[in-house]
Amino acid sequence: MNYRMISYVMGQILKVVGLFMLLPIIVGFIYGEKHVIASFGIPFLITMAIGFSFTLSKPKNNAVYSMEGFVSVAASWVTMSCIGALPFVISGEIKDYPSALFETVSGFTTTGASILSDVEAMSRSCLFWRAFTHWLGGMGVLMFVLAIMSSNDSRTMHMMRAECAGPKVGRLVSKSRFSARILYGIYITLTVSEAILLMLGGMPLYDAIVHSCSSAGTGGFSMWGNSIGHYNSVYIEMVVATFIILFGVNFNLYYYLLIKKFSLAYKNEEVRTYFGVIIASTVIIAINVHKLYDGVGDTLRHTFFMVASTITSAGFSTTDTAKWPVFSQTLLLMLMFVGSCAGSTGGGMKVSRIMILIKTGIKELKYITNPRAVATVKMDGKPVEKDVVRGVSNYLILFMMLMCISVLLVTLNGFSIEESTSAVITCMNNIGFGVGRFGPAGNLGGLNAFSKVVLCFDMLLGRLEIYPLIMLFVPRKR
Amino acid sequence: MDIIIVGCGKVGSSLAEVLSSEHNITIVDKKEALVEAASNDFDVMGIVGNCLQTEILEEANVSKANIMIAVTASDEVNILTCLIAKKMGVRHCIARVRSPEFDKQLVFMREELGISMMVNPDYNAANEIAKVLRYPEAINIESFAKGRVDLAEIRITSGSILDGVSLSQLSRRLRLDVLICAVQRGEELTIPNGNFVLRAGDKIHMTASHSNMVKFFKSISAAYREKRVKRAVLIGGGRVAYHLAQQLIEMGVKVKIIEIDRDRCLELSDRLNKVDISCADGTDHDILEEERVYDADAVVTLTGIDEENILLSLLAKNNGVEKVVTKVNRMSLMQLSDTLDLDSIISPKTITVNQILQYVRAKQNSLGNNVTTLYRLVNDRLEAIEFVVRDKKDYVEVPLKKLKLRSGILIASIVRGNDLIIPKGDDCLMLNDSVVVVTTTKGMHDLSNIFD
Repeated sequence: MNYRMISYVMGQILKVVGLFMLLPIIVGFIYGEKHVIASFGIPFLITMAIGFSFTLSKPKNNAVYSMEGFVSVAASWVTMSCIGALPFVISGEIKDYPSALFETVSGFTTTGASILSDVEAMSRSCLFWRAFTHWLGGMGVLMFVLAIMSSNDSRTMHMMRAECAGPKVGRLVSKSRFSARILYGIYITLTVSEAILLMLGGMPLYDAIVHSCSSAGTGGFSMWGNSIGHYNSVYIEMVVATFIILFGVNFNLYYYLLIKKFSLAYKNEEVRTYFGVIIASTVIIAINVHKLYDGVGDTLRHTFFMVASTITSAGFSTTDTAKWPVFSQTLLLMLMFVGSCAGSTGGGMKVSRIMILIKTGIKELKYITNPRAVATVKMDGKPVEKDVVRGVSNYLILFMMLMCISVLLVTLNGFSIEESTSAVITCMNNIGFGVGRFGPAGNLGGLNAFSKVVLCFDMLLGRLEIYPLIMLFVPRKR
Repeated sequence: MDIIIVGCGKVGSSLAEVLSSEHNITIVDKKEALVEAASNDFDVMGIVGNCLQTEILEEANVSKANIMIAVTASDEVNILTCLIAKKMGVRHCIARVRSPEFDKQLVFMREELGISMMVNPDYNAANEIAKVLRYPEAINIESFAKGRVDLAEIRITSGSILDGVSLSQLSRRLRLDVLICAVQRGEELTIPNGNFVLRAGDKIHMTASHSNMVKFFKSISAAYREKRVKRAVLIGGGRVAYHLAQQLIEMGVKVKIIEIDRDRCLELSDRLNKVDISCADGTDHDILEEERVYDADAVVTLTGIDEENILLSLLAKNNGVEKVVTKVNRMSLMQLSDTLDLDSIISPKTITVNQILQYVRAKQNSLGNNVTTLYRLVNDRLEAIEFVVRDKKDYVEVPLKKLKLRSGILIASIVRGNDLIIPKGDDCLMLNDSVVVVTTTKGMHDLSNIFD
């Protein structure tokens, strides 16, 4: 283990996080909130102090292998969550540290689950920071560091893989630095265009920024207790729904569109399936819930928004799904597992993993019906490597095992089995709302500190796709 | 530049490693594991697939690429890939072609098929070994400025006239213009000044004009007995042995090849004249005794197995063979040369990589970079770079003693027209000069980098 290099990478990441803490300070000054100097200034100084002390000298031995990549990414995410929680505590807007930590982890991992019962009482700077953690966590801080770093470190792939979502991670162009720049370029463009479109719909500038940051990371923090429903505007709902769906698409696709390789973009089976699932589930749920709303238009409006919000793992809401029939609620729970596309900012298991699993299942069935059958699992018309198939199955197994353990630990709270399970599912898939008391209208504030910490882990597990975080705690001899 | 490397074996991946720091590299290979390893370790984009598919080449953006390097295991695939890529719009392509059958049509392929460069690692390795055998004192010789300047690596043995000579006296003592650029003593590598005293056991890197280099070797060899290689034994009869035998015969050296495979022996005897060929196990000590291998002036171990080559060379050295040359495939084994006291270890793959790098740098040169030739020596710790003075900068036409060089840098020679100048303090750089610089710092792209 190259600890010097790990701390160097951590330092670089913390410096970036620290610099971004200046943004809420600016917001605070604009709205005349004096407390920001202390509440964001102190964490800013702490982050910068750690960041600079870790990066004083560049380590001579800059060999980074997958182990170092995993550990440095996981350690950075844990550290930045711990520091990012400080503003809430110092400003006194969230009283206890575990709650603040939960809120921050939920932000960085783009979960959007909140423990706050009254969001609207928060100061504007804190609300901005909450939404901004979504934006930063959505594409990843390390990715940002890679994009601005000038050095030519060749082994950055190991780190990129730890932060990027999906069963396979590749580069867009041959230099990972430029790949990261392209991704962030697309990300920023989409975020800005959403903000502009929201403002055209009559949303104030501040609200537009908060909501577009929050939907860019497919997070789900809103500044209102009833989320997007607050505006009661079909236009705003449709803009948000469209953009979260767009943020849930594999970003490589946008690059292919940019360089006019339309055939490559169209070939992407995952994205086509993703849209198919969204349309199919909207129709099914609409049929199931149509009695609750007046007319086809209203039904489709709410079902489409909620399906988009669930599958992309955003977790915004316009209506309380707890009132929906059990069938629809269960379907939403299943969509949580599906999640968005690999290489997007969304959470969940990722559509491509589910597709590989289903295709492997069909292949196995073929073997059983005809032992002489020869079949390969294919994606985009290309055979999927055995290792990838194995990796996906292992991921599913680990995911389920960790989920069961977490459910067990959360039930210590004494809530019902379905509520506890839904809390864990929503956290591990980075969604933001569950069922029952944790539904869109409720919040997770009722949990005790221990459960909050467990769920913090679950959210990080979900965002970093399990392995990096486990690596952090694996005892090692070398 | 955008460079596509097809084939991700040892040569492909080490090219990717070296080139990725300056260029945009895309590698293509059929084997997923190889592509994955390369894109993990180096900053390159990997594509898995058959390089003969236009679809795959398109994915690698071949129409925009400056250079395509085809180094898959098969000659035919390399040539075909180059042809397809050329049609799809790549500007230059390099193919590795090793089979001796294609030897005679290299010119045809270059001129009619438009393949910019053919690399034959076996032929180059044979060339290199022949050079080493021609100058028995030398470990390695490279040339610059179209052959006008030689850079030689020499080991100073005890009893040599160079032992105990300080560098300032050297030229006077030999009455020759030579320059010692770098001295390797044990693990330490120094760029010496005039007060440095040479000792036995040092490895020196020196530059001189080609004719002076020949004279230099004559004068140091004359100091002890006549040492020209008259009899050489090649153990292992692969492609390198074939090319080497041909060259050695031309030099008037008696050659014996020991090869275990009878069919291969017959094939060699069909193609080669005046060569003794024995079909025997060259790793058997008794056979080596019987074949009088230890009486030869030079033994070259060319079997396909690195370990066997190294052990055989040690054995030959132990039994008093003057000059032993070892071929290894794994580049990492090159670093063993000092510990094992084997002077000449030749790796065809390293030679191939160096040759392709030279070509890439020359192309880069036409895009505004001033490096024409580059050699990496002493396990990549030392670089010898040839620059061309293109623009009139402030260091041009100023006596060298007035310029401040950065530490660890030496101007080894200046080529002006047809003349070679071993630079002294009063010499200055002129426009269009070729300048060879030796340095321990990496990443020199421009002549202005060498001055403070």
